[in-house]
Amino acid sequence: MKVLKIATAGSVDDGKSTLIGRLLHDTGSLAEDQLEAIRQSSERKGYDYLDFSLATDGLVAEREQGITIDVAHIYFSTQTTSYIIADTPGHVEYTRNMVTGASTSQAAIILIDARKGVVEQTYRHFFINGLLRVREVVVAINKMDLVDFDQEVFEGIKAAFEELTRKSPFPEQRITFLPISALQGDNVVHPSGRLPWYTGPTLLEHLESLDPAGFTETGPVRFPVQWVIRPKTADFPDFRGYAGKVYGGTLKAGDAVMLLPSGNCSKIRDIFFFDAPLEAATPGSSVTLTLEDDLQLSRGDMIVKLGEAPRAERELSATLCWMDHKPLKEGARFTLQHHAHKVLSRVTSIESRLSTDFSGGTSADGGLHLNEVGEVRLELAREVYTDPYREHRENGFFILIDPLTRHTAAVGFIS
Amino acid sequence: MNPLEHEAIYILREVVAQFERPVLLFSGGKDSITLVRLAQKAFYPGRIPFPLLHIDTGHNFPETLAFRDRLAEELGLRLIVRHVQDAIDQGKVVEETGKYASRNALQTTTLLDTIAEFRFDACIGGARRDEEKSRAKERIFSVRDAFGQWGQRNQRPELFDLLNGEIEHGQNVRVFPISNWTELEVWKYIRQEKIALPSLYFAHQRPTFVRDGLLWAASDPIVYRSLEEAVENRWVRFRTVGDMTCTAAVLSRAETLDEVIAEIRQSRISERGARIDDKRSEAAMERRKEQGYF
Ligand SMILES: Nc1nc2c(ncn2[C@@H]2O[C@H](COP(=O)(O)OP(=O)(O)O)[C@@H](O)[C@H]2O)c(=O)[nH]1
Repeated sequence: MKVLKIATAGSVDDGKSTLIGRLLHDTGSLAEDQLEAIRQSSERKGYDYLDFSLATDGLVAEREQGITIDVAHIYFSTQTTSYIIADTPGHVEYTRNMVTGASTSQAAIILIDARKGVVEQTYRHFFINGLLRVREVVVAINKMDLVDFDQEVFEGIKAAFEELTRKSPFPEQRITFLPISALQGDNVVHPSGRLPWYTGPTLLEHLESLDPAGFTETGPVRFPVQWVIRPKTADFPDFRGYAGKVYGGTLKAGDAVMLLPSGNCSKIRDIFFFDAPLEAATPGSSVTLTLEDDLQLSRGDMIVKLGEAPRAERELSATLCWMDHKPLKEGARFTLQHHAHKVLSRVTSIESRLSTDFSGGTSADGGLHLNEVGEVRLELAREVYTDPYREHRENGFFILIDPLTRHTAAVGFIS
Repeated sequence: MNPLEHEAIYILREVVAQFERPVLLFSGGKDSITLVRLAQKAFYPGRIPFPLLHIDTGHNFPETLAFRDRLAEELGLRLIVRHVQDAIDQGKVVEETGKYASRNALQTTTLLDTIAEFRFDACIGGARRDEEKSRAKERIFSVRDAFGQWGQRNQRPELFDLLNGEIEHGQNVRVFPISNWTELEVWKYIRQEKIALPSLYFAHQRPTFVRDGLLWAASDPIVYRSLEEAVENRWVRFRTVGDMTCTAAVLSRAETLDEVIAEIRQSRISERGARIDDKRSEAAMERRKEQGYF
């Protein structure tokens, strides 16, 4: 079963809601009652077309203000794939929402209005997808109907965007450009006769060709212990299983492993998924391991393959995306959560802050505000076992939790 | 491998690790039955390390209650049942009257009282984001205050798979492990795992009447019915099996899982379309959620 998570990004009115509604409609994912609601609503507003953006509009308060302000999840499926779209609209808390949406996604769609081309927001979208190392980016150049489906317009925007990618921190990222009209349905699910110069796949065809399983092999195996299973029943009196999720690579029964923080070595005896022993567990699977030796691990410990140890750090350099209304000050203390491991931490310094237009400039004046991104240094009460995010997308991130409000205040990407 | 199944197991394990007194809110419907199956898998060969809680409106289908009791017994699970009737008797809530009278909204008081009684800090539920527009923004860990209220401000960004379960005294978290599943995916999983379901989900003959274009189960005096609303025996099944007063039946001859799945694939009506309650107002769910509804 294939599940593809996609984040969407676009400036207001670029047609993001319309595109998502169009995808739902053209894949037959809208039920009759939902379609009827859209029909009625479109009619009430006096439109002579179906306003598919209504398919995704959310909370009452937001609807009243005519804006959406958070991350919404939308689902549709084809014969081969279940799609989950993390729609990250919103104006005020834009960066925060986009980072959140992109963090759970394997692919991103960046929308550009063909009449406007690359705008300041596009920098931000591109920057965030680069920072998070989203593997597949689709640049959908929308509203082609308003520029007469002109190839030159498309090529011009593509060239301007490619200019941006030259400074990308993530050159391996795959970027695909597509001309579409979300409103009229050209090249979204169905090919368009009005784009004779375009010979590539439609948006959906392109998405169908992506292989999410291939995105999860990102480095050495990391297995944080989530929970220890000790049934102490008549059938399993001495069973001690380590429940957790496999990150990065594939783990096999019989693998020689090292346990952190103890540094002890052992071998994987069995890998269980429910009552079935597995030969191997692939990245993303939630399994239960037993070890050859009777060693007592607890939540927050990590199992890795022998010879593939991550770094043990009590000081970290990281790129932080600040998500709290209360600004970050140097010296502030937080609970740092890295997988199942929580440690106390202190931000010792804020080295630099990215300028808010994401053009690449920086400044450093001590604070970090909501939606700002900066480089910081942290000091930790205990060691954490990490990899740099650019080398290991699954073991290089953490969140900071405010000890007073308990809110998630930031996400960090380890340098 | 089914990534959604693995994701749900991961979430359930986070719950037991991060909270002291979790509970699974069990409605007897297919989504909560699926959750029980996932919990079995998550903690095998150990037992499911939390009880089930059912808030009985007093208007549940008898088939659902029988199924509930059997499931809990077979798996050796602790089952807690609390009754909306008790809150009515104590004068804490007032029974609705009239054509659309339902105890669905009254459940909230009983639920909150039960959460307080047992000091539950995490309530696991089977809601899915595809069910309805306002659910689309729901978090996997959804923080509620002591009044059960959901507030946009309390909601934390969920980055990667990191779940922040830190709460203040009096707060609790509603947890939705199958957030990312769709109705069809739940059904396919039920088929794959050969999970038993209450008979209501399959076509059977039942006395029903038509109101507002929906099929209501005729069950006097629980479901209000006027004299003009004539009862007829029809072949029906239910897509959701909540309280009788807010669950509509659909005409169907689908008697097996394969037939049900085929029907859902072709269906042009959303699951919500068969929930009487939501017909009352488009924004009904969202308002209820603000007031602590599950
Ligand atoms: N002509 C044309 N209009 C479009 C297209 N896509 C969206 N629009 C219109 O652009 C406006 C903004 O679209 P919407 O989907 O609400 O934008 P969002 O703010 O990005 O979600 C609406 O009036 C749409 O009908 C398109 O491909 N062609």
